[in-house]
Amino acid sequence: MKSLNPKLLLVLALVLAAVANCFSPSLNPYYYDILITIGINIVLAVSLNLVIGYTGQFSLGHAGFMAVGAYFSAWVTLNFGFVLGATTPATVAVYVLALASGGLVAAAAGLLVGVPSLRLRGDYLAIVTLGFSEIIKGVIQNAEPLGAQRGLGGVVQHTDIFWTFSGVALAVYGILALVHSTYGSGFLAVRDDEIAAEAMGINTTKYKVLAFVIGAFFAGLAGGLYAHFKQFIHPEGFNFLKSVDIVVMVILGGMGSTAGVCLAAVILTILPELLRAVSDYPWLPEPVRNLADNRMILYSILLIVLMLNRPQGLFGKLNFGSGKS
Amino acid sequence: MSLLEIQNASMQFGGLKCVSDLSFDLAENELVGLIGPNGAGKTTVFNMVTGVYPPASGRVAFDGVNVSGQRPYRITGRGIARTFQNIRLFGSLSVFDNVRTACNMHLRHGISHAIFRGRGYHDEERQIRAHVLELLGIFGLLEHRNRPGKSLPYGDQRRLEIVRALATKPKLLLLDEPAAGMNPSEKVNLMNLIRFTKDKFGLSILLVEHDMKVVMGICERIIVLEYGRKIAEGPPAEIRSNPAVIAAYLGKEGE
Repeated sequence: MKSLNPKLLLVLALVLAAVANCFSPSLNPYYYDILITIGINIVLAVSLNLVIGYTGQFSLGHAGFMAVGAYFSAWVTLNFGFVLGATTPATVAVYVLALASGGLVAAAAGLLVGVPSLRLRGDYLAIVTLGFSEIIKGVIQNAEPLGAQRGLGGVVQHTDIFWTFSGVALAVYGILALVHSTYGSGFLAVRDDEIAAEAMGINTTKYKVLAFVIGAFFAGLAGGLYAHFKQFIHPEGFNFLKSVDIVVMVILGGMGSTAGVCLAAVILTILPELLRAVSDYPWLPEPVRNLADNRMILYSILLIVLMLNRPQGLFGKLNFGSGKS
Repeated sequence: MSLLEIQNASMQFGGLKCVSDLSFDLAENELVGLIGPNGAGKTTVFNMVTGVYPPASGRVAFDGVNVSGQRPYRITGRGIARTFQNIRLFGSLSVFDNVRTACNMHLRHGISHAIFRGRGYHDEERQIRAHVLELLGIFGLLEHRNRPGKSLPYGDQRRLEIVRALATKPKLLLLDEPAAGMNPSEKVNLMNLIRFTKDKFGLSILLVEHDMKVVMGICERIIVLEYGRKIAEGPPAEIRSNPAVIAAYLGKEGE
C-alpha cells in the first residue's frame, strides 16, 4: 500500500512496451529474436513459479500447457483469421482473441492435471505432470489437422515487442498481485505446511488446482505468443527438455522470488547464445566448442553447484516491492 | 446445549486402538483439560475433532451439527481452531503474514478481487491488517511483526500459534501442549494468557497438557484418558484424588 501503486506500474509497463516497439525496425533481427524469446521465457518461468515456487507443487509439464496454447491459438488464427475481414485491426483482434482462448484452453488442461495433484505430492506429482505433457505431445503428433509430425506452419506473425512484453507485464502483475493479497496467502500456506493451512480454514485442494490453472493459463498465453512469432510450431518444440528449461529458470532464479525468476529467464535465454560464440575459437577442445548444443550439461552442472551452495536460488528472496507491514 | 459433543468416538490405526468409545462434551465458555499418559490418545482426539482423521466410528458434533468426516478447513470454518504440539507455523512467512493467512477464510471477495484490486479490495485488506495488528498487539508480538515467524523464541512461537488460531475467529480453541518446553515463569505467563484469551474472546478451550500445575491451575474440568479410554472426569480437586487416575498417571509420584 505504501509502495508504488501496482496498477500504475502495469500501465507504465504497457506504455513502455509500446514505445520500445517503435524501435524494433532498427533492431538487428538476431537481437530482436532474442528479445522476444526472453519475454516468452519470462512469462513461462513466472507462471511455473506460481506452481513450484509459491504453491510448492512440483510440475514437469509446463511445456505441455504451452503446447496447448500455441496450437489452439494458431488453429484459431489459421481458421478464423479472416472472419472479421483482412484489415489490420481485424486481424489483430483475432490474434488477441486467439491468445486469450489459447490461454483459457491451456487453463482447462491445467484443471485436468490439477485434479490428480490432490492425491499426489512431490516426485509422484512431477511424474504425472510429465506424463500429461507427453500425452499432449503425443496427441498433437497424431492430429492431422494440426500438422501431426510435420508441424504446423503458415501462422501469421503478429507477436512483436509490444504484445510480448504486455504478456510479461500481465503475468508478472497478475501473479504478484495474487500472492501478495490475503487471498493469495493461501498459496504460500499450502507450500509451507498443508496441515496447518487446512487448520487455518484454507481449502488446500482449491489452491493447488488454482495454481495449476493460473500457471497453465499463462503458459498457454506464452505458447500463443511463441506460435505467432516463430510462425511454425512443431510438437518436439514442447518436449520434456523445454519443460526442464523452464524448471531450471525457476530453481536458478529462486523459488518463490518473481524478480529472481525473471532474471534467471533472461540469463538462461542469453547464455546459449553467448555459448554459440565459443564455437568460433578453434583452439578450444571439441566438447567445449559444442557447449551451446550441449547446454543441458552446463545446466546440470550449474544446478548441482547451485543446490550445494545456494539452495535458495541465485537471487534468493529478491522480490519486487518486498512487503513490509 | 453443549458446544462440542463427542459420542462413542473410536479411532484405530491398524490393530492399535488409539481412542475407543470416547464420549464427552464441552459447554460454551468452558475450559476443559484433556490429560493422560504418553500415547493415551490425546492428540488423536484433537485430530478427530479437527478432521485430520475422521473418526472410525461414533460422532463428533459441533454447535449441534455433525462434523465427523468433514474436511479440516470446513471444520475450522465452523469455528474450531487449533494449535499444534510440534509448532507448525508457516516457515517462510513473517509474523504478520502468518496471522494474515488465517484471515483468508473470512474473505468476502474472491480471486478476481485480488488481481484487479478495486476499492473494495483495499478496504478489506485494510480491515484485515487492522485486525491482525490488533491481535498481535494484544499478545505483545506487535514489534516482531516483520520478523520471520520461525525466528521467534520458542515461547513466542507458541503464542503466535495461538494468535493465528484466534484470527480464524473460533468459538472453540484446541491447545495441544501449549506449555511444552517452557520454563516455570513462562508457564505462569501462559496460564494467565489462556485465561485472558478465554475471557476476552468468549471462547471455549480444550487443552491437552502434560504439565499438571498448568492443567490443575486453570481447567474447570478435567478428562483423563488412558489407552484411548476415558477413566475419569471431573473438577481438578476430584481428579487429583481419584484412585484410578493416580494409579494410571500420577501414581509413581506418590501423591
